[in-house]
Amino acid sequence: MAGTTNTPGPAPASNKRHRRPPWRRGEAILGYVYILPATVILGLFHFWPMFYAVYISLHRWRVVKQGYVGLENYEWVLSSPKFWNALKVTIYYVIGTVPIQLTLAMILAYILFQDVKGREAFRTIYFLPYITSTIASGAVFAWMFNPNAGPINQFLEAIGLPPQRWLLEPQGVLTLIGEYWGISWLRGGPSLALVTIMIFVIWFWVGYDATIFLAGLGSIPYELYEAAKIDGANRWQLFRYITLPLLSPTTFFLTLVAVIGSFKAFNHIFIMTDAAAGTVGGPLDTTTTVTILFFKNFYETPTYGKAAAIAFVLFIIILIFSLIQNWIGSKHVFYME
Amino acid sequence: MISITLPLGQRTLHLRISAVRLLLYVILTIGAFIAMFPFIWMILTSFKSYGEVAAGRFFPRELRWHNYVEAWNAAPFARYFANSIFIALATITGDLITGILAAYAFARMEWPGRDVIFFAFLATLMVPGELTVLPNFLTIRRLGWYNTYEAQIIPFTASVFHIFLLRQFFMGIPRDYWDAALLDGCTHFRFLWSIVVPLSRAAITTVALLSFIGSWNAFLWPLIVTSSEKMRPIQVGLRSFVVEEATQTQLLMAAATMVIMPIIIFYLFTQKQFTEGIATTGLKG
Repeated sequence: MAGTTNTPGPAPASNKRHRRPPWRRGEAILGYVYILPATVILGLFHFWPMFYAVYISLHRWRVVKQGYVGLENYEWVLSSPKFWNALKVTIYYVIGTVPIQLTLAMILAYILFQDVKGREAFRTIYFLPYITSTIASGAVFAWMFNPNAGPINQFLEAIGLPPQRWLLEPQGVLTLIGEYWGISWLRGGPSLALVTIMIFVIWFWVGYDATIFLAGLGSIPYELYEAAKIDGANRWQLFRYITLPLLSPTTFFLTLVAVIGSFKAFNHIFIMTDAAAGTVGGPLDTTTTVTILFFKNFYETPTYGKAAAIAFVLFIIILIFSLIQNWIGSKHVFYME
Repeated sequence: MISITLPLGQRTLHLRISAVRLLLYVILTIGAFIAMFPFIWMILTSFKSYGEVAAGRFFPRELRWHNYVEAWNAAPFARYFANSIFIALATITGDLITGILAAYAFARMEWPGRDVIFFAFLATLMVPGELTVLPNFLTIRRLGWYNTYEAQIIPFTASVFHIFLLRQFFMGIPRDYWDAALLDGCTHFRFLWSIVVPLSRAAITTVALLSFIGSWNAFLWPLIVTSSEKMRPIQVGLRSFVVEEATQTQLLMAAATMVIMPIIIFYLFTQKQFTEGIATTGLKG
């Protein structure tokens, strides 16, 4: 009988029955007419493809559909070393870009929020990378990191460090550092090629994140700082006990967007590896993230069934990460009001 | 406190700033330098000769404007730009029409199933583009739109995110306005175009900007659905130029400058709207 006790009693329902419906007929029809164009486009290019993608993933499908194979494509994905390598690269990529990018952005935003001169000019400059096309700026970065005549290697040589092969270097950064300092146990890590891409990605996102942090800082009531100052709080305490907790909704939002964005990253990796070495996801697949692997199975060799399965697995992974983040967020994010 | 005394002609300039403040400005300046360095290097390199690039000279000996002429003629850049502009304008127009109508229906009209449909719209925000790219490619092929403008425009003429932004803004317009307009026998359509749209100029501009940036910078999709130079937008054109002219760095940088500069100039003009738009969308999301 638990069901009956939980449902609302019959009295409000019968009241409702006598009430006039909240819509008028003409308005209801007009409402449908107004959402029709958007619904057609979204239905065809956002709803339908979700189901279509699952359908494709259950078939052997090269350029044209061949036969139903059940979960074979998913078995291939989950047993393929290529997929697990791509997942490892993706996780390196997420860990290597998100925390650094958000920390740098928060520092810059916090400084800009102090009473500094030229705040608008700084903000405008920091935002520049975000608005330029990834393809153009990616090509520029690929050439800055060119091993032969690029300015980055020239700079390293000028300060007495060995020049690097950057985007052409498949060896792990820890291996490179270990060999340079003669530490034999230090091996592995993301390839230097992947780290080079991360540098580009961090450069690209910091200004965007800082702009949003700045808006978040602006929404913290000034009286709180005043009150804390009267109580004798120092600069660090103000930051630690007022700014950081009250900024946490913004931080949470940016982390979520950055993590999801990094899992789906494509353009940055594509153009950097394509422009530098001519092989997308190279050298030796050390920059092949899950999205790049999807692209290879779709565009380079048309195995659509496998590609759809990869995309679907990626979707599930992103979904799980978002749920975990939401769960952490619900415990640690501080909302005012 | 640090005191700096600068002799400036007859007079001296006394600057007194705290060490902390000095440090803050140093950090900000280093940040600004890093943000701008790639652009500075790009522009400098675009003026160099092949020999200067190979020798790793930082500054060009002279400004070789001819590099721009050469780059412009080496690939059909005029066509690429025209394609991108046309695609962007068509996308913005479609996106605004579908977006304003749908946002208004969600914000100001009463009709059965409204909240369910709105929720279904929002649910598609969860679906990553990677999942839809392949089926959409097959759909485009079946529609006969492979290697056409339609393929690059139509799928982007509606955006749930933009509908959501506009709806939020429309809901902030006082209900009294509508009640008053209704008394005067105003139709929804007239109310929308003569009251709601003019009042929402800020939100509509933000959506138009977001739509423009998305369209102008689009890469993966146009790469997949185009096969001929005639249909390529600027980003895909630039990429094929990068691959084909791999050794001619100075020409590549001239081409990159040509692609980047219009958007930077556009940004500097619309800067305020832009950053405010980004900041609000960020916080509302």
